[in-house]
Amino acid sequence: MADEKTNAEAYWKANVRLITGCLIVWALVSYGCAILLRPLLSGIPVGGTDLGFWFAQQGSILTFIGLIFFYAWKMNQLDKKFGLEE
Amino acid sequence: MSQFAINILFVGASFALYIGIAIWAKAGSTKDFYVAGGGVHPITNGMAIGADWMSAASFISMAGLIAAGGYANSTFLMGWTGGYVLLALLLAPYLRKFGKFTVPEFIGDRFYSRTARMVAVVCLIVASLTYVIGQMAGAGVAFSRFLEVDATTGLLIAAVVVFFYSVLGGMKGITYTQVAQYIVLIVAYTIPAVFISLELTGNPLPPLGLFSDHSASGEPLLAKLNEVVTALGFNAYTAMVDNQLNMVLFTLSLMIGTAGLPHVIMRFFTVPKVADARWSAGWALVFIGLLYLTAPAVASMARLNLMTTIYPDMAGQVENYDAAASNAIAYGDRPDWIRTWEETGLISFEDKNNDGNIQFYNDSADFADRGWQGNELTVNNDILVLANPEIANLPSWVIGLIAAGGLAAALSTAAGLLLAISSAISHDLIKGAINPNITERGELKAARISMSIAIVVATYLGANPPGFAAQVVALAFGIAAASLFPALMMGIFSKRVNNKGAIAGMLSGLTFTLVYIFVYKGWFFIPGTNNLADTPENWVLGISPLSIGAVGAIINFAVAYLVSKSSEEPPLEIQELVESVRYPKGAGGAVNH
Repeated sequence: MADEKTNAEAYWKANVRLITGCLIVWALVSYGCAILLRPLLSGIPVGGTDLGFWFAQQGSILTFIGLIFFYAWKMNQLDKKFGLEE
Repeated sequence: MSQFAINILFVGASFALYIGIAIWAKAGSTKDFYVAGGGVHPITNGMAIGADWMSAASFISMAGLIAAGGYANSTFLMGWTGGYVLLALLLAPYLRKFGKFTVPEFIGDRFYSRTARMVAVVCLIVASLTYVIGQMAGAGVAFSRFLEVDATTGLLIAAVVVFFYSVLGGMKGITYTQVAQYIVLIVAYTIPAVFISLELTGNPLPPLGLFSDHSASGEPLLAKLNEVVTALGFNAYTAMVDNQLNMVLFTLSLMIGTAGLPHVIMRFFTVPKVADARWSAGWALVFIGLLYLTAPAVASMARLNLMTTIYPDMAGQVENYDAAASNAIAYGDRPDWIRTWEETGLISFEDKNNDGNIQFYNDSADFADRGWQGNELTVNNDILVLANPEIANLPSWVIGLIAAGGLAAALSTAAGLLLAISSAISHDLIKGAINPNITERGELKAARISMSIAIVVATYLGANPPGFAAQVVALAFGIAAASLFPALMMGIFSKRVNNKGAIAGMLSGLTFTLVYIFVYKGWFFIPGTNNLADTPENWVLGISPLSIGAVGAIINFAVAYLVSKSSEEPPLEIQELVESVRYPKGAGGAVNH
């Protein structure tokens, strides 16, 4: 019983760590690259405009899609590793 | 065949398909009705979420907004997609594990309080009903334009169609109908975009065309567009915004609001397993992304096409933009699509300097030296996507397709919202509070009756829109962001937040957001009752009322945390409930209880 509890706690900790990492990337591409850091990235040209514009209109969406699949894939591994899958 | 006959054919055929699917998938139990029997494949579910989510706002209005605002309106692109990351990581898998039918049910159980559940019911109904009004109104406009009937008749047709497949089919009918609707709407959206991208840049993929060279001038498309619009006194298309704080908060409000809208969350109850809920969110965003990656390309290309239609000399390589601007087309020579849209009143022309030509430019810029005495052409942003095929001279079947696509977008979202409303009434209000002993058949009947009433109310309000469409959408997102999302997230990630904290948090987040919106937009949106003019100088720290939902959410979190800290811990069985929600093992189907 105690083992089961520590196991579950370790699973939850690993999950929260993974979520935190993903959300940092999520915030970085949208609020960072696309808005607040855009002036810093203005030197990098992309098809007639700058990298920040690309992030605002395409890059962030592509990153979001990648993030969700990465998270789903990682969580499947965690579910198995801790024996908590359905 | 006339354009009218082609439109009838496309719209009629797509509707026959939706209703056929609804009859085939008729719901037999409450479980079928609310969560489609809990057996929908993640890819199917992702497609249905895509149709559910992409409303008339995404299909019809968004590209127009981006065309008008350029970079500044990228907020819609990021906000309406970024919310899915929050859903997939913070809510969907846990709510699926919890395994009940509705969002208020989770809030009521987790915070062991009927009051919390009722607060959630009220937030849900207000957010969903305000949102559905816009869908019905949008469907009415699309019908009246393409079927050449008046707006009220168009709206009534829309109401009858929604009634058929949502009331009969419930979630099961809606899910499969929405898959068909997704296919119709994405095909309708991308085909004209591919044609236009080929025409302007030679690249058949619109998202790549956006960053390619403009064939006629040899310059990059966006650089060309910047030159054209600045020559007419507009802001550069890719220009940076001054108020970055507001842009961040607006994007955040849209993201949190997206993750908190109950009709989207409900979708995740329909998959068989917790892992499937995570995959569903990913697939949903892939299907949504197809449209959201096409939209900015449509926006910039349509804007350029519109400008070069009025100023033909700006189309190719331009030595002198002043000279090109002086050669606008004559009003008598305007293309047919301007004539058709003039009839709807969404394009209007006034020859202010009486030269017979159309001067279309930024009204606040001074071009007296060009002999211009004010902007003469007013173009409603909303027509951009619908008129796009006509502007680009595409064949008439493409226009019929756009008609079917726009209607699919509006009707699928309306159906999802109506289902969320009816389940909140029949399951949370009637079964949860008024009559807990109701039979399954009785509950199903109550769900169908409340859905019918919701359709009547939405149709009535859609026919008599209170005249604040944009504000209403802001309100829906503000409420979802400030009330529902924080309560759901804290319910999963904190064992410490108790009933008092959750209720205080929801009420303070909601009240704060509503008051801030009402101060600038008028109390209950009654014109003239606003305390301050809705201009950037009056906004606190430059935060617009549209962006305030994010601040409301932060207040909700803070109040819930502080109130819970200073009162007792939740009972042990609630802490165990939180534990069980966190681990996928032993999820089982969505339980009817």
